[in-house]
Amino acid sequence: MSSHSKAPLLRRREYPYALFLLPGALAFLAVIVVPFLMNTGISLTHWQGVGSPKWAGLDNYRTLLDDSAFWESFRHSLAMVVAMAVLPTALGLVLAAALFDYVAKHIGTRTASVLRACFYLPQVLPIAVAGIVWSWILAPEGGALNEALDAVGLGSLRHDWLGDPDFALYSVMAVMVWVQLGFPLVVFMAGLQRADPSLHEAAELDGASWWRRFWHVTLPQIRPEISVVLLWCTIAALKVFGAVYVLTKGGPGGATNVPSYFSFQSFFEKTQVGYGSAVSTALTVIILALALVALRLQTRAEDQQR
Amino acid sequence: MNALKRHHAPARFPVLAALSVAAVLMVLPFLVVALNAVKSPAEYSANGPLSLPEGIHLDGLRDFWQRVDFGRKLFNSALISGSVAVLAALLSVLNAYAIGIGRVKGRPWVLAFFVLANMLPQEALVYPVYYLSKQVGLYDTRLSVIIVFTVIQSAFGTYLLSSVLGAFPKEVIEAARIDGANKWQVLWRVVVPVSRPTLGVLLVFFFIWTWNEFLLPLVMLISNDNQTVSVALGVLQGQRLMDATMTNAAALLGVLPAFCFFLIFQRTLTRGIAMGAVK
Repeated sequence: MSSHSKAPLLRRREYPYALFLLPGALAFLAVIVVPFLMNTGISLTHWQGVGSPKWAGLDNYRTLLDDSAFWESFRHSLAMVVAMAVLPTALGLVLAAALFDYVAKHIGTRTASVLRACFYLPQVLPIAVAGIVWSWILAPEGGALNEALDAVGLGSLRHDWLGDPDFALYSVMAVMVWVQLGFPLVVFMAGLQRADPSLHEAAELDGASWWRRFWHVTLPQIRPEISVVLLWCTIAALKVFGAVYVLTKGGPGGATNVPSYFSFQSFFEKTQVGYGSAVSTALTVIILALALVALRLQTRAEDQQR
Repeated sequence: MNALKRHHAPARFPVLAALSVAAVLMVLPFLVVALNAVKSPAEYSANGPLSLPEGIHLDGLRDFWQRVDFGRKLFNSALISGSVAVLAALLSVLNAYAIGIGRVKGRPWVLAFFVLANMLPQEALVYPVYYLSKQVGLYDTRLSVIIVFTVIQSAFGTYLLSSVLGAFPKEVIEAARIDGANKWQVLWRVVVPVSRPTLGVLLVFFFIWTWNEFLLPLVMLISNDNQTVSVALGVLQGQRLMDATMTNAAALLGVLPAFCFFLIFQRTLTRGIAMGAVK
């Protein structure tokens, strides 16, 4: 707007900046907008994926509300939020603070960055590969965990970690904490770098304990990072698919099913495409609502920084 | 609590020890997998997963490599991820140029649209994408996956680059314009060279994210010749056709590329994560 008026007078045939949006807009239309609208449309039909869809109105959504399997998968989503957002954020905060103002200051920045790298490593792994690693470690016979328990004389704790309905969800949660921990840690450490060190030093001189400094100085300084990380991780947790596919296929008996895997099953295993679309549409609504909150928080955090 | 702190000296060792133990626990799965990938099946069944290997047997690795034609999967993954990285960065630059520097009308809405597109669960796209790609003859081609991920990744790129370009010094652009450069020339000769660091971060991220993607490639790439590393490993694991040594060989081969990216791009990755999270 303002830069337009300042453009040189002699410009011939100037195309508007909006033209640069054209390729992106067309690509988005074809790959995101049209499929998304189609998915919503399909959710209002009964369709096996072949033949023509039959109009069903809100039938699928009504079925959804009464489907205990769906609600169970949704409860597992909340467990995933704990495993992928709440626990990694809490652990990441303590680890980041310990690495930043303990290890880095009193032992050396090299040690701190080596430790940080160890925690971050699982983050670069394809989730399918993480799944293979862990499904072998957690295997009932010959798996590394059970063998290790035997070796230290705790053989009575042996379990079929992924095959026992009472343990499968907790096992998957533990794997997800391992996968996810590095992300909050790295973000928080970067946030701490931006924080003002003098506040911390003042608190230290006043004799505040490490815990008090952590709670009253460190945490408030990186509050924007904390809320953003929590929301990003929550969204990632609601979308989790690959880990469930590779580790348990939603089993045993639906004990680890999540909405995204539930919709995948409806699409490609049960060929209830209309129903699968309803599940994924419901999931989308929840995620987009959270994403909007995340956006609001983020713009507010940016305004505060200015 | 007050007695504990005094000065930092007394608690120093326990804290470092606890952190080191935690760090070892994090990398332990990688070590155990590497150890068992080089055992022979006989050795594995005799000594179990916790013993140190007696020698280095590469049979498991070689068998797995040939069985899934792993070289081909690596090539597919590299081709798809590399193309997506370049194309998505290109699309991001074009979008961000219009939004960040051109300040097109309705800018916040355009930006919000891109962010939401990035947040969308792929489950809400997968069936129509599967169906449409069959209609136009792109099903089970690497091109279909390249197109889809170029668009998905560029949503994040547009978001990040727009805010970077929004802070681009106006005088530089105006100077170039007075020298007679049109918008297209300003983009390529001024904006792109100056934004090279951010573009580098984006390229690395797009490459690794696409490499790690699972759901869409799983649905779209069904033939052996087109599969990526992730899909090939995930599908095999799902079928549970492998013995323990081969599983470990598979896991090790899956881990190695990620490990290399990590060593090469560690700085970029950590810088980029912080940038992406807070920008």
